[in-house]
Amino acid sequence: MAYKPPTQSLTGQIFDVFVLLVLTVGALYIPLYMGLAGAAKTPQPIANPTWEALGQNATEQQQWAALGITDPAAANDIITARFDYSFSWIALIVMAVFVIGYFVMVVRLSDREYREVIEERFGPKR
Amino acid sequence: MANVTSTAAPERLQLLRVLGPAHVWALGVGIVLVGEYMGWNFSVGKGGMIAGLVACWVAGLLYTCVAMIDSEVTSTVAAAGGQYAQAKHIVGPLMAFNVGLFLVMAYTMLEAANAITVGFLLDTVAGMLGHSGLNQKPFIILAVMFLAWLNYRGVLATLTFNLVITAIAFVSIIVLFLSVQFGGSAVPLDFSAITSDPLPYGWVGIVAALHFGLWYYLGIEGTCQAAEEVRSPARSLPYGTMAGIMTLLIAATLTWYVCSGLVPWEYLGQAGTPLFDAARVTGSTGLMMLLFVGTTFATLASANGCINDASRAWFSMGRDRYLPSWFGAVHPTYRTPYRSIVFLVPIALIFALGAPLDQVVTFSILSGLLGYTFMTFNMVMFRKKWPLDTIKRGYVHPFHPIPALLLLILCATAYVAVFLGYGTQLIAMMCFYIIASLWFHFWRYRFVKRGDQFTMPWPRPNGY
Repeated sequence: MAYKPPTQSLTGQIFDVFVLLVLTVGALYIPLYMGLAGAAKTPQPIANPTWEALGQNATEQQQWAALGITDPAAANDIITARFDYSFSWIALIVMAVFVIGYFVMVVRLSDREYREVIEERFGPKR
Repeated sequence: MANVTSTAAPERLQLLRVLGPAHVWALGVGIVLVGEYMGWNFSVGKGGMIAGLVACWVAGLLYTCVAMIDSEVTSTVAAAGGQYAQAKHIVGPLMAFNVGLFLVMAYTMLEAANAITVGFLLDTVAGMLGHSGLNQKPFIILAVMFLAWLNYRGVLATLTFNLVITAIAFVSIIVLFLSVQFGGSAVPLDFSAITSDPLPYGWVGIVAALHFGLWYYLGIEGTCQAAEEVRSPARSLPYGTMAGIMTLLIAATLTWYVCSGLVPWEYLGQAGTPLFDAARVTGSTGLMMLLFVGTTFATLASANGCINDASRAWFSMGRDRYLPSWFGAVHPTYRTPYRSIVFLVPIALIFALGAPLDQVVTFSILSGLLGYTFMTFNMVMFRKKWPLDTIKRGYVHPFHPIPALLLLILCATAYVAVFLGYGTQLIAMMCFYIIASLWFHFWRYRFVKRGDQFTMPWPRPNGY
């Protein structure tokens, strides 16, 4: 006996779309909007910057000038900004657990659904 | 060949089969070529010049594995939705739902990134012409709306348009490279940072750079999204995809060479339009105009392909009731998934108008990365459930399972790369997919017709 899914009302369909929209904006956009996510790159400007002190040779100075930046002070933040790659191993392990756990969960639940699909398409397992 | 109408509604409208290998190439390269025009350079920011180049080649290896695997599975599961249809037949509905979301999110975020770049480019040019402070938002909205309209009107016109503007954008990179090589730049190439500051972050910078190294090629797997609209998918899809990856490897290396030589790496690492900036440094008005056109065309071609691919994935999920079935409609005149096209416009606009470029790019990369991880075990399961002698494949990739294993190792490295500097976004994205998966399994799946999820004329899978 083939599974007969219930018919979803228009209101139900709209509600489901709304849930996905809220999930997308809530999980992805709101953290960005609130400044909770993003790059950990911070400038470490030096005092009294000169091109030489910022490690820029003559050719690089020409390149900066062609890009519209002739004052080393204006390039100070750009040149000295660095990512902070220090991290805790626990945080890395948590991330690994998240990613691996997610795939394990999805594959296991999918397999349960897949068996129903195969049984309905090909009949009960012999 | 998948014929979705055979089981449910024979009178249902189908997508038109009008595309050839050149369109497949244009769809793949058109989406991706923008990766040379913006975004890849953040890899230089994360690790320095050498790390940027290593990331370019390692990512090229990752995508070669992706193209090999994808060509085999897609040439056999030739149905709209690409990897989504593969997941449905090989792993199961929940995996398919997730893969559909990966595709939609990766392409919609890429579309948003393209729109941001168009606005940024116009602002830069306006500033150079003495009109600084241009309001970018109207141009962002206009770009997204125009391309959505083009997609609404029909796939052939859309991808023919892509073919032309992609070719122009690719030629622009070649012309810039040749001009610089033959003395067309007022400022010489300078690679002294390679010796004076080779690895500003040490070896960890090389790993970190892989994050944005993916951007050189991200989306090439989109070639199989239009499988149901290709005249001869078993031949056209592998041919178009492989030609696309070769094109991109050449373009990526040339791009790194020109930009790293002409733009100081610290500036390059945070630039919005690196190739256009390289053209600015040459001092040549002709090159500046050419790269302005190239950047504009590359972003438009990419956004255009993204709308095409994201809407096909959304449409496929609607047609299968993984999403409300209202999205599974085909336009009676234009034969396009018009409701899906229109629905995704505001989502792209939310991120294009309200999020920074590197973070939008990261969301796109993360969704792509999850999709590549799926491909590794999908390939192994495909060969296990249907060994080579059980079903006819359009293309059989060599050295199985080495490409799948290599891809898994590179994906794991890429997760660590994203974690370095963008760990919070990685966690946010995983939370999104975990909650969405639970929602689908415990609520949405009840509306799905079980037997209709398997439409390929294949025998029963081994072990089931």
